[in-house]
Amino acid sequence: MIAEAGHYALVLALGLALIQSVVPMLGARWGDLALMNVARSTALAQLLFVGASFTALVMLHVTSDFSVVNVFENSHSMKPLIYKITGVWGNHEGSMLLWVSILALFGGLVAAFGSNLPLTLRAHVLAVQAWIASAFYLFILLTSNPFLRIANPPIEGRDLNPVLQDIGLAVHPPMLYLGYVGFSISFSFAVAALIEGRIDAAWARWVRPWTLLAWIFLTLGIAMGSYWAYYELGWGGWWFWDPVENASLMPWLAGTALLHSAVVMEKRNALKVWTILLSILTFSLSLLGTFLVRSGVLTSVHAFATDPARGVFILLILCLFIGGSLSLYAARASSLKQGGLFAPISREGALVLNNLFLTTACATVFIGTLYPLALEVLTGDKISVGAPFFNLTFAPLFVPLMIAVPFGPLLAWKRGDLLGAAQRLTAAGIAALIAIAVLWAWTRGGSSFAPLAIGLAVFVIGGALTDLAERTGLFRLPFGTTVQRARGLPRAAWGTAFAHAGVGIALIGIVCETTWNSEYIGTMKPGDVAKVAGYELKLDDIGQRQGPNFREMVARFTVGLDGKSLSVMTPSKRNFTTRGASTTEAALLTRGASQLYISLGDIAADGGIAVRIYHKPMVLLIWFGPVLMAFGGFLSLSDRRLRVGAPKPAKAARALQAAE
Amino acid sequence: MTRKQRRLVMIGGSLAVLAVAAALVLSALRDSIVFFSTPSMVAEKHIAAGKRFRLGGLVQPGSLKRGDNLAVSFAVADGSATLPVAYKGILPDLFREGQGVVAEGALDQSGVFRADTVLAKHDETYMPKEVADALKKQGHWKDDYGKPSASAEPQPAQGVMR
Repeated sequence: MIAEAGHYALVLALGLALIQSVVPMLGARWGDLALMNVARSTALAQLLFVGASFTALVMLHVTSDFSVVNVFENSHSMKPLIYKITGVWGNHEGSMLLWVSILALFGGLVAAFGSNLPLTLRAHVLAVQAWIASAFYLFILLTSNPFLRIANPPIEGRDLNPVLQDIGLAVHPPMLYLGYVGFSISFSFAVAALIEGRIDAAWARWVRPWTLLAWIFLTLGIAMGSYWAYYELGWGGWWFWDPVENASLMPWLAGTALLHSAVVMEKRNALKVWTILLSILTFSLSLLGTFLVRSGVLTSVHAFATDPARGVFILLILCLFIGGSLSLYAARASSLKQGGLFAPISREGALVLNNLFLTTACATVFIGTLYPLALEVLTGDKISVGAPFFNLTFAPLFVPLMIAVPFGPLLAWKRGDLLGAAQRLTAAGIAALIAIAVLWAWTRGGSSFAPLAIGLAVFVIGGALTDLAERTGLFRLPFGTTVQRARGLPRAAWGTAFAHAGVGIALIGIVCETTWNSEYIGTMKPGDVAKVAGYELKLDDIGQRQGPNFREMVARFTVGLDGKSLSVMTPSKRNFTTRGASTTEAALLTRGASQLYISLGDIAADGGIAVRIYHKPMVLLIWFGPVLMAFGGFLSLSDRRLRVGAPKPAKAARALQAAE
Repeated sequence: MTRKQRRLVMIGGSLAVLAVAAALVLSALRDSIVFFSTPSMVAEKHIAAGKRFRLGGLVQPGSLKRGDNLAVSFAVADGSATLPVAYKGILPDLFREGQGVVAEGALDQSGVFRADTVLAKHDETYMPKEVADALKKQGHWKDDYGKPSASAEPQPAQGVMR
């Protein structure tokens, strides 16, 4: 009964989305307020029905109703409750349902909080949003229905892929989807602006918070996914340049560019045409990501099932939306008026430079990800483009960007003073040079690249601090005044500083981890001691343990430093009987920002066990950086300027508002 | 500066960055891409020793030998040819005889494939796509490779844990 109700709710949501796709557009064309207002009610009702549908699927999983195919294939009655819930989106059908639920959530948010939007713009935005929603409802209902029943219900389910039975599944996909799908709002705003043929600074003021929100979640989602892969896969790697990872990195790069160009548009009314294009591209890349991950063109842990019909359907959606929006852009972009002028050296100029490097970097990732697919289709040759390609292309493009980051906030709008900015960055520059010199002396004979990269990171962090010090008058003015100024500083300025510092901190983590990582790989017997980076790890014993739906082999290691015993680490290997699959549960010991990492291999015939032990210096900074970036994003989002709402743009719009 | 000059500066700058990026991409594509081969393709093409490539196929049943200090050797087969592989390190959780595998490395002088990476498979139903395609092409594809077996018992390779 629940399954049928869920299915029915989804069909109703499709019906509502179809109404929402057409009626508000007609209303906007005819100037009919009632028709335009339909968008608001349908968007909220759609959210209600999709929510009901999603809740139905969750209930089916929680009650282990194995008469539903989706539950049978991905659940098990012995599975802990948390994994029964997260398992809802640990499969293709459920994750697509989560995708549309979040899409409806964003539509509902625009409907609920968009009362200060001009009515025509809101009608257009919600209509575009409904086009996307309709396409994906159709996709789910026609090719991936999660509510299908089995004629003869089995007693027990097949269990969830063991790799996914982890708390990471509760956080990573929802966060990532909030990011991916959140960009649909800026896409809808861009298409709405093109349809209306009108765009102004107020438009950017509405779009920026939505873009920022999506960007924050995407940042956290990617970071969380990276950390999950790091501790779950047992390889100690945190980024593999895997096509699936690239699929999330591309919208992030484009979204970061969009965030910055929207600032120029809001403050200076310039770069309009470019901002619109970026909005379209960012969401297109999100759709591309969905296609790459969900269509089965790639095999990875993310591709749950491969069914050609699904791939073709998503490809159609992809072509329709990307092709349609870009054609609309080509036809209408020239009608948008040019904005304010600025000199190449100015805040605007710096943001253009940021956009240039971010989009170019995005393009190299795009080529590296899709070239193998294109080559296979065209010539049949199978190649793989791995980390070396991206290190050779992505890294050189990021270096000039990082050098430019501290300069941006210090330059004035319209016309900046590069020399003045450079003078103010002297302290940051000196700090960077000291860092380079100290590291060089300390790691003599080692890599000469690492100290330079860390110096660059210190420069970026120093630049962020300089920006704050300049704005608050630290060291120039009496301390009391500084505190007062710091209080009065817009939260967006704090946000910028935190986010930029986060980039530097992540870079330090990345460089330290890749350069000074030490590892021990070998066979150990109980009583053996391995020495890694000064730590002594003694294997005490190997035991067995029974979990709820798995058996595990646990090894106990005593970790010592300078003869003193520090802690006990218990890495394990789990064997899930239902799927006959095993997973490696690495043990982590955090020391400051560094970590010791142990994962187990197989037992050899002589009773020894294969182990991998890594010492990863400063590794936690890799994820602390993005968290700081997201924190900066939240600060900026809470800025008064964005909360208060935009000034009413035009008389006509105001008249419509009043009539509402 | 006039509007036109400013625009020229911008466009010039953008083109310069794009040109640099294009140069980087082209040189990286020449140096760092890795081709995929099966054992019979290796036999046909006479790949030079030291040239890196990805080898895919099925692990020949009975060929897995574990040596000292994590050294492992096994043979990869695709139905018409086999190639010996040597690897040092820990095999992925789901490495099993008779199942698909992808290894990256190069041939040595004696014709043994020295792998430095054996790719992890994420679940028991996962057959690396390259391997599946290559096997299908040669007519050695059995339909049940990709299917999840509901009653899958722990495989012998995992049996050491019991």
